[in-house]
Amino acid sequence: MHKGILLAGLMAGISPFTVTAAQAVEIEYWQYVFETRVNAMDQLIANFEAQNPGITVKHVTFPYADYQTRVVAANMARQGPDVLQLFYGWADQFIGGRVIQPLSPEAFPHAQIEEDFFPIVSAMKRGDDYYGLPTAVRSLALFYNKNLMEAAGLDPNTPPTTLDELVEQAKAITQVDAAGNMAVAGMTLDMGGQDHQWWREVLVRQFGGAPYSEDGRTVTYNDAAGAAALKFFTDLQLVEKVGQRGFMDEGQAAFRGGKAGFTVDGTFRLGSFRTIEDFEWGVTELPANADGLRSNYASYFANAIGAGAQGEELEAAEKFLAYISSEEAMKIWLDVVGELPARRAAAMTEENLANPVYAPFLKGLEYARTTLFVDEAAQRQNTIDMANRILIEGQTVEEALAAAAAAEQAIIDRAKK
Amino acid sequence: MTTASAPTPTLAMPRIHPGRILIWTALFIGGVIMVTPLIFMFSTSLKTAGQVYDLRMIPASPTLDNYVKVLSDGRFLRWFLNSTFIALAVTLSNVFFDSLVGYTLAKFRFRGRYFVFLAILSTLMIPTEMLVIPWYLMSAEFGWINTYWGIMFPGMMTAFGTFLMKQFFETVPDDFIEAARIDGLNEFTIWWRIAMPLVTPALSALAIFTFLGNWTAFFWPLIVTTSQELYTLPIGLSSFAVEQAIQWEMIMTGASLATLPTLLVFLLLQRYIVRGVMLAGLKG
Amino acid sequence: MALTEQGAPAGRPDRPHVFWTMRRRQLLWVWGFLAVPVLFYGVIRFYPTGHAFWLSLTDWDLMSDPSFIGLDNYTRLFADPQFGRVFRNTFAYLIMGTPISLILSFIIAYALDRVRFGHTFLRALYFLPFITTASAMAWVWRWFYQPAPIGVINDFLSGFGIPQMAFLNSTTWALPSIMVTAIWAGLGFQIIIFMAGLRAIPTTYYEAARIDGLGEWAILRRITLPLLKPTTVFLVVFSSIGFLRIFDQVYNMTTNDPGGPLGSTKPLVLMIYQTAFSSYQMGYAAAQTVVLFTILLVVSLLQLWILRERT
Repeated sequence: MHKGILLAGLMAGISPFTVTAAQAVEIEYWQYVFETRVNAMDQLIANFEAQNPGITVKHVTFPYADYQTRVVAANMARQGPDVLQLFYGWADQFIGGRVIQPLSPEAFPHAQIEEDFFPIVSAMKRGDDYYGLPTAVRSLALFYNKNLMEAAGLDPNTPPTTLDELVEQAKAITQVDAAGNMAVAGMTLDMGGQDHQWWREVLVRQFGGAPYSEDGRTVTYNDAAGAAALKFFTDLQLVEKVGQRGFMDEGQAAFRGGKAGFTVDGTFRLGSFRTIEDFEWGVTELPANADGLRSNYASYFANAIGAGAQGEELEAAEKFLAYISSEEAMKIWLDVVGELPARRAAAMTEENLANPVYAPFLKGLEYARTTLFVDEAAQRQNTIDMANRILIEGQTVEEALAAAAAAEQAIIDRAKK
Repeated sequence: MTTASAPTPTLAMPRIHPGRILIWTALFIGGVIMVTPLIFMFSTSLKTAGQVYDLRMIPASPTLDNYVKVLSDGRFLRWFLNSTFIALAVTLSNVFFDSLVGYTLAKFRFRGRYFVFLAILSTLMIPTEMLVIPWYLMSAEFGWINTYWGIMFPGMMTAFGTFLMKQFFETVPDDFIEAARIDGLNEFTIWWRIAMPLVTPALSALAIFTFLGNWTAFFWPLIVTTSQELYTLPIGLSSFAVEQAIQWEMIMTGASLATLPTLLVFLLLQRYIVRGVMLAGLKG
Repeated sequence: MALTEQGAPAGRPDRPHVFWTMRRRQLLWVWGFLAVPVLFYGVIRFYPTGHAFWLSLTDWDLMSDPSFIGLDNYTRLFADPQFGRVFRNTFAYLIMGTPISLILSFIIAYALDRVRFGHTFLRALYFLPFITTASAMAWVWRWFYQPAPIGVINDFLSGFGIPQMAFLNSTTWALPSIMVTAIWAGLGFQIIIFMAGLRAIPTTYYEAARIDGLGEWAILRRITLPLLKPTTVFLVVFSSIGFLRIFDQVYNMTTNDPGGPLGSTKPLVLMIYQTAFSSYQMGYAAAQTVVLFTILLVVSLLQLWILRERT
C-alpha cells in the first residue's frame, strides 16, 4: 500500500497540472476538539506541509457533541471540508448524505489496505469501496486505582483477571458512609460511557451469546445469554452493591476523582487519566469469563475525503490522507494521543507490547469486535434505557432486554429500509 | 423607587412589630436561598480539584488558578465579545425599528394601518421553535450559518417591542408633532428629534429587555453556530462544560465567568434595570 | 390627527392641484418607514411559518429532495410512544411550574412590598437569578443535585443522616428537579412584575377600605387581588409559555443522557431539537413544531378566556 501511495504521489507530483499550479492549494481538515488529537494533528500537518510545499492544510475543530451537526450543516451550505475525521459508526449516514466520497482504488489499493490494517478497517467498506482509513484504533481495558486496592487490603499488582475476581475485589473496595450512601464505588456503572460497548461486544459473548447477526442487521441478544450478561451488569448495583449508576455523574469522573476502584474505559481516556496526581492507577486486559474467554470492542475514527473535493484539491486531499494514515503518522499519533496504530506493523512492535499501559489494549485488539452501528447515538441511548429500566424502574431483566431488542431492531430496520 | 413610593398607609407606622421582624427574616432567608447557587458556584471556582468535594462555602485556600487556566486560551473573552456585540447590535436594531414602526402605527392614519398592526401583533403567537427549521434552511441557502448575521437576523425586530413602543407613543400629544410639522421639520426628524426623547423610559426598558434576552439566548445560537469562534457565551459555556468531562471546579469557573459580568452590571444599574423590566412587563 | 383635511402645503395656497400633497407626502413617509419592517416580517416571520407548515407534510433528511407525504408525520407522531411521554412531560412542567412560581412570587412580592428596611438589598437577592445565564446555572444545579459524596444537597441531607434523594437519577424526581431550576430562574421577574402591579393600585382604595373597617385579609381578597388581575393574567400567560417551551435547563442538565433517564425530563422542544438536528428528520420535526404552536395557541387562548373580565 505504501508503494502504491508513493507512486500515486509521484505521479501527481510530476503531472504538469500540479507543477503549474504550484501556487499553494489549500485544503481543509476537520476533526473534533480533543486537546491531544489537535496537537498531534498540528504536528502531522506541519510535517506534511514541509514534505509538500504546494499544499497548505487548514485545521478546523468542533466540540464532539456538535461535530456531526456541524458537518451536516456545512455540507448543506456547501462549505464542507476536503478531509475529515468521522467515527466509523457514522459511515452509513455520511455516505448516504453524500458528505464523503469513496477512496479511489488507484491511490489506495484494496489489497494493500486489507493486508496492512487490522481487520476492523472493513467497517469503512461499503460494497466495493473503502470510504476512509483510520490513523488510530481504540480498544477497551480495565483501569484500576492502586491506592484504593491497597487500602482495601488487596495487592495492587494483581488486578482482576476474571469477572468473578472483578466482583470480589470491587466488593472489597466499596465503602458506604454512615447514612448508607456510597462513598467509594468498587466499580463504575455508566452505560452512557463505555459500559454499553462492554455489555454488547464483551459480556454478551462471554455469557455465550452474540449481540447481532453477522451482517449486523438482526439483533440477537434477546436470549438467555443476553439476559445473563445484563443480569451480571445490573447485579453489580442491585445485588453486589459495588457500584451505582449516576455516581459522581459519570464513571470516568468517579475514577478520576479517586472515588471508584475499577472502570472500563478506552485508550482515548489515557490522556485525561495521565493528569491524575492524587493516586496511582494501572490498566489491565478486560477480565475473562470463568472459561477464560475474552472479548473486546474496538472502534476508530477514520479519515475520509469530503464529497466536495475535486481536481487539485482532491489530489492534495488524497496525499494528505495517505500521509495521516502512514506508519510515521501512526507513531506520532501514539506518542501524542496515546491511541493505538491502525496498521499491524506499527502497532505490534516489541516496544509497544512491553509498555504496561499500551499492552493490555493491544492484546485486546487481537480478539476485538466492532459493532456495525446504524445510528450510534440512538443505539447507545437504547442500551442506556435498557439498564435504566432495571436499575431505576425495577423491571425484570427479561422485560427490559426484550424491549431494548425490539427497539434496537426498529432503529436498524428504519435505517436499512 | 424604594421607600418613597411605598403604597400602603400601614408603612407609615414607625414602630417595629414582631410580625414585621418575622416577615423580614423570612424574606431574608428566602433571598439567601435564592443566591446560594451563585455563592457556591463562585466559591467552588476558587477551589482546587482536590477541594471540590469538601463543600465548604469559603475555600480553605482560595486560588485563581482555575481562572488562569480557563482564560488562558482566550475563548471565554472571545465568547464574551461575541455575546456583547450580538446583544448590542440586536438591541440597537430593535430600539430603532420597533420604535419607528410603533410611532408610525400610533401617529399616522393611513389605509392598511390596522392590518399592519394586526399582522405584526399576530407574530407574537408564533413560537421561535416553529421558525428555526425554516430559518436554518434559509441560512444554509444564503450562507448565513456560522456568521454574526446568522445569529442576529431573527431578532432584529420584535412584535413585543413594536407593541410596547406603540403604547408609549400614543401618550405623546399630537400637538407636539403638529407644531413641529408647521415648523417645517420632515417626518423623520419629527420622530427622531421630537417624539423619541419623550419616550426615553420606554426606550431604555425595551433596550434592557432586548439586551437581556439576547445575552442569554440559547436555542437559536446553538443551532446556527458551527465554530467556537462564533459561539456566544451561553453556547460556549455549555460546550466548555461538556468538554471538561465533569471537572466541577472548571465548570464552576466557566459558569462564574459567564454570569459575573451581568451580575456586576446589574448591581451597578439595579434601579434602571428593575424599572425597565417593570415598565416592559406592565405595558407589554 | 386627520391627514385628509390638509390638502396642500401651507405656504402654497395658489397651487391647489399640486401632485405632492401633504397627504401623499406623508403616505410616502409612512411606507418609507414601514418598508424594511414589512419586508422583515414577511420574510423572517410569515414565510418561515408557512414553510414550517409545508415541511411538516414532507419527508426530508436534508440530503435528498423532500418528498410530500401528506399527514404521515402527524400519524407517526401520535403513534410514537416517545411523543406520549414528551407530551406529558411538557404539560407537567406547565401544570406544576406555573402555579407554584406564581403563588411563590406573589407571596414574596406582597411581603417585599411592605418592607422598607433593606428593601433594595432584599429585592436584589430575589432578582439576581433572573439575569443569570440559564445554561450556566443549569450546570450549577446539576452539581447540586448529584448523589453523595459530591452533590451539595445530598451532602447536606446526609449530614443529618437523611437518606439521599436520587434527583436527576430518578424517573420520578428528575422532572421536578429541573422544574425547580426553571422556577428559580424566573421567580425574580415575576416578583418584580407583581410589585409593579401592587404599586399601580391607588392608595385611596386601601384608605377607603380601612375606613370601612376591612381587615388585612379582606383587603387582600376584595381589593388587592381583583385589582391585580391584569398583572396576574399577563404573568399566567407569560410563565405558561415559558414552561411549555422549556429547553435550556433540560439540555444542559442531562447532556450525558439527553432528556433524563428514560426520557423522563424530555420536553417537546428537546424532542424537536433532537429530531431536527441529531436525526435530521426535518419533516417530522416540523410536524412537532406545528403541534407545539397549536398547544401554545390553545393554552394561551384558554387562559385568556378563563381569566377574562367577567362583566
